[in-house]
Amino acid sequence: MSAAQGRLNDFVVKIATVNGTGSASANSLLLKAFFRMGIPVVGKNYFPSNIQGMPTWYEIRVTRDGYAARSGEVDIMVAMNAETYAQDIREIAPGGYLIYDSTWPRQQTLSRPDITVIGIPLAQMANDAFADARVRILMKNMAYVGALAALIDIDMNVIRALIEQMFAGKPKLIPANMQAIELGYNYAREHVACPLPLRVEAMDKTRGHIMIDGNTAAALGCVYAGATVGAWYPITPSTSLMDAFKSFCARMRTDKETGEKRYLIVQAEDELSSAGVVLGAGWAGARAFTTTSGPGISLMGELVGLAYYAEVPMVLFDIQRVGPSTGMPTRTQQSDIQICAYASHGDTRHVCLYPADPRECFDMAVAAFDLAERLQTPVFVVSDLDVGMNDWMVPDLTWDDSCRPDRGKVLSNADLEKITSFHRYLDVDGDGIPYRTLPGCHPKGVYFNRGAGHNKWGGRTELSDEYQDVMERLLVKWATAATLVPKPEVIAARSGAPWGILAVGSCDGACKEALHRLAEQGIHIDYMRVRAFPFSAEVEKFLADHERVFVVEQNRDAQMRGMLVNETSVEKAKLTSILHYNGMPMDHRQIVRTIEDAVAEEAAA
Amino acid sequence: MSYIRKPNITYKGRAKNALGLSESSYEGTMSTLCAGCGHDSITAAMTRAFFELSIPPNRAVKISGIGCSSKTTAYFLSQSHGNNTVHGRMPSIATGAAAANGELHYVGVSGDGDTLSIGLGQFAHVIRRNLNMLYVIENNGVYGLTKGQFSASAAFGAKTKKGEVNPNPPIDPVKMGLALGASFIARSFSGDKNHLVPLIKAGLRHKGFALIDVISPCVTFNDHEDSAMSYKYAFAHMHTAADLIENKPEITADFPEGAVVPVTMHDGSDIYLKKTDPDYDPTDRARAFEYVMRHQEKGEIVTGLLYIDESRKDMHAANQTVAAPLNTFPYEQLCPGSAALADVQKRFR
Ligand SMILES: Cc1ncc(C[n+]2csc(CCOP(=O)(O)OP(=O)(O)O)c2C)c(N)n1
Ligand code: SF4
Ligand SMILES: [Mg+2]
Repeated sequence: MSAAQGRLNDFVVKIATVNGTGSASANSLLLKAFFRMGIPVVGKNYFPSNIQGMPTWYEIRVTRDGYAARSGEVDIMVAMNAETYAQDIREIAPGGYLIYDSTWPRQQTLSRPDITVIGIPLAQMANDAFADARVRILMKNMAYVGALAALIDIDMNVIRALIEQMFAGKPKLIPANMQAIELGYNYAREHVACPLPLRVEAMDKTRGHIMIDGNTAAALGCVYAGATVGAWYPITPSTSLMDAFKSFCARMRTDKETGEKRYLIVQAEDELSSAGVVLGAGWAGARAFTTTSGPGISLMGELVGLAYYAEVPMVLFDIQRVGPSTGMPTRTQQSDIQICAYASHGDTRHVCLYPADPRECFDMAVAAFDLAERLQTPVFVVSDLDVGMNDWMVPDLTWDDSCRPDRGKVLSNADLEKITSFHRYLDVDGDGIPYRTLPGCHPKGVYFNRGAGHNKWGGRTELSDEYQDVMERLLVKWATAATLVPKPEVIAARSGAPWGILAVGSCDGACKEALHRLAEQGIHIDYMRVRAFPFSAEVEKFLADHERVFVVEQNRDAQMRGMLVNETSVEKAKLTSILHYNGMPMDHRQIVRTIEDAVAEEAAA
Repeated sequence: MSYIRKPNITYKGRAKNALGLSESSYEGTMSTLCAGCGHDSITAAMTRAFFELSIPPNRAVKISGIGCSSKTTAYFLSQSHGNNTVHGRMPSIATGAAAANGELHYVGVSGDGDTLSIGLGQFAHVIRRNLNMLYVIENNGVYGLTKGQFSASAAFGAKTKKGEVNPNPPIDPVKMGLALGASFIARSFSGDKNHLVPLIKAGLRHKGFALIDVISPCVTFNDHEDSAMSYKYAFAHMHTAADLIENKPEITADFPEGAVVPVTMHDGSDIYLKKTDPDYDPTDRARAFEYVMRHQEKGEIVTGLLYIDESRKDMHAANQTVAAPLNTFPYEQLCPGSAALADVQKRFR
């Protein structure tokens, strides 16, 4: 009993269904219901690279402590997919619950004595209540929402309000959906002792927060940054970013009377083309961006190199997925860290931003355009599927109306009138950033942009000194970039800890949970989350200040660790990798285990 | 390489255009191409066309890919922004630039390798978008800059200087343009400037994608006896279907009734087409295609303004983009502000 008490607002519900059966709305209804009850939630969607008929899971963690990662365990499994039944049952933690559709007999062989099995005739109830075949399938989903509501004590008023909101456009559908929910609810109440020991209770920990996915937030960032040109080629998991940009612009950037659009989206024929469009638009002075994933980044290489060398602003969102090659398109990973940082042939290095959650996707989208124009270079926002496509609870997005974009060193016609001559690649200010002009400007500002060797005056060259001169000035610019990019997030442990964890992007939630759990055992570790490349001085300092640093990232080859070795003066031996790359979002367990082992080893030595 | 300096000085009494500029204001830096290269003649025609249209040089933008041909954007309009990009990707970069600012005159220069080999995909799709630009292919049947390998426009069975035989049929950009819905399609020959200049001018005035395929012999690698892209071959096999005449001609024996048809351009002005064949109709895509095919079967190169459709919407019109350029559009009208952000977030609670 006391153990169960301890699980109030702290457990995981996982729903196993078949994709294309409309379970997504039922699942997001559940997620929102917890959120509206004031309980922090984590939602993860595990979906197949397929449109209909393949297994799919939705996992909801209610977490009164407000952890941002998945827990790695399942306490209540709603097993709606016979095909994955065996696997789903295996996943339930001891003491957990299995909820299954008892319309059909359960396979006895799969029984587990350490879990509680609850059968609800979901299909039967839906079939009896509804005539249409498609409606029956949808309502079966709503019925499990109702059953769960009874079993774990979800506030039915919250559910009703959500249903009314969900179907505000089609109010005729409200009664049927409520009916299905009540069928499940009443059946559970009549046949099971409700609520279960695992249950929820209203809290007040979600006020001032929203549930949003990173791609939607990034799209809003693009709108607010004043991006006007988007070019893309559809690829999971980046597609929803441009889709969201399009729908926000349709509402917020379209003249209501004339239908005129203050934006242009080019759905290009491939990623070479979308990169070219962004480069052309950036050269001509529009804020332009592309959305893609690993395979697209591979294709964009040559143009990214042109933008680097000819110094053209570009913003590229890479929503990483599992590679190499086609890999697992609907699973998450951080395996493009190096290809983004060093994309293209020749000596190139690119500014990268690493958002850890949707709120940062919004902020970093805005920052990316400022940095790209200030530095006149490609900027990658290196997000991933977990951040990009899952709904995260984050503080409200805010906007300062006095905020104006930094358009960088662009000479206006008035500026050009005043000067005697303009030279495109001259470092006038000592920050390595030259001035540029836009096509169509005053005749004095005209120049010829090229990827071929050029000197600081902007002329073509094949002279070694002149070529090298520009390449070295680009290093000055790189040093300037390190002072402009977002600083890392640092959490110092209570004591001046000798060890640190260094993480990137969506590892953040798992790392912070690990830090708490380790602290509970008296193991205090400092934390740094790198938010950008080039590494700022703080990164160098953190590495220098610790005897040992655990580098947490989601790829096989320790790409971030490789960059730290390459780009800072850290001794390689100081860095221990914690690598998670199975395609699932990261949880704290591997980090905790690795560090516990290291502590034990140290004690034994 | 020819280092014959083109003087950049204005001669007394030289003609001035409506802007008071002489043709030298439209010239570029010295060409570094081989003496006699067809591309240099196209460069001269470009200079002339922009001069005659009195386009302010700083309102023109030159974009090219990679190749001897693509280099030529440096050799005309030195008072215009230029962008020598990467091999085969000029169309996408032009798309982006024009997306940012649709008010400028965009001229793309490409080669047959740049357009029909590595860049075939981008070429096809820029046509589909009907980007408002002039796109000139300086077509010599070889990769000049990499020393004479066959390109995708090399004739079936053509021979290199070393005697190698081309085993593959050519890709004809004119037929591609016709098939893909291009709204302005022409072919010309670098050896005939009088023919080329009016086409360039019409292409610049066309609102939409204007394609001009210019046969432009490579004197160093593809001007020999067995080449279908030599000066000799081109002179001997040119067949003009519909010639452009800039001013309305009197009806005479040379220009009988019906042989000259006016075409109204987007800006309301007319151009005049002199048809060689009375049956030829440059507004009929299917017939244009057949005409080109039939003559190609006879080994002829059909030149002239082959197809025109002034009614098709260009990229911006199809998108309904605002009139003012996006690159300098006031930020206040792009950013919806904090109240709208708060409002949007209601659906995320
Ligand atoms: C990605 C890439 N591959 C290969 C090359 C090498 N290359 C330079 S120019 C060229 C061919 C150019 O041919 P074409 O477009 O017909 O121009 P021409 O020189 O004949 O005028 C090639 C293959 C390159 N620059 N980039
Ligand atoms: S190699 Fe051929 S195409 Fe290139 S400059 Fe010489 S003649 Fe012209
Ligand atoms: Mg060629």
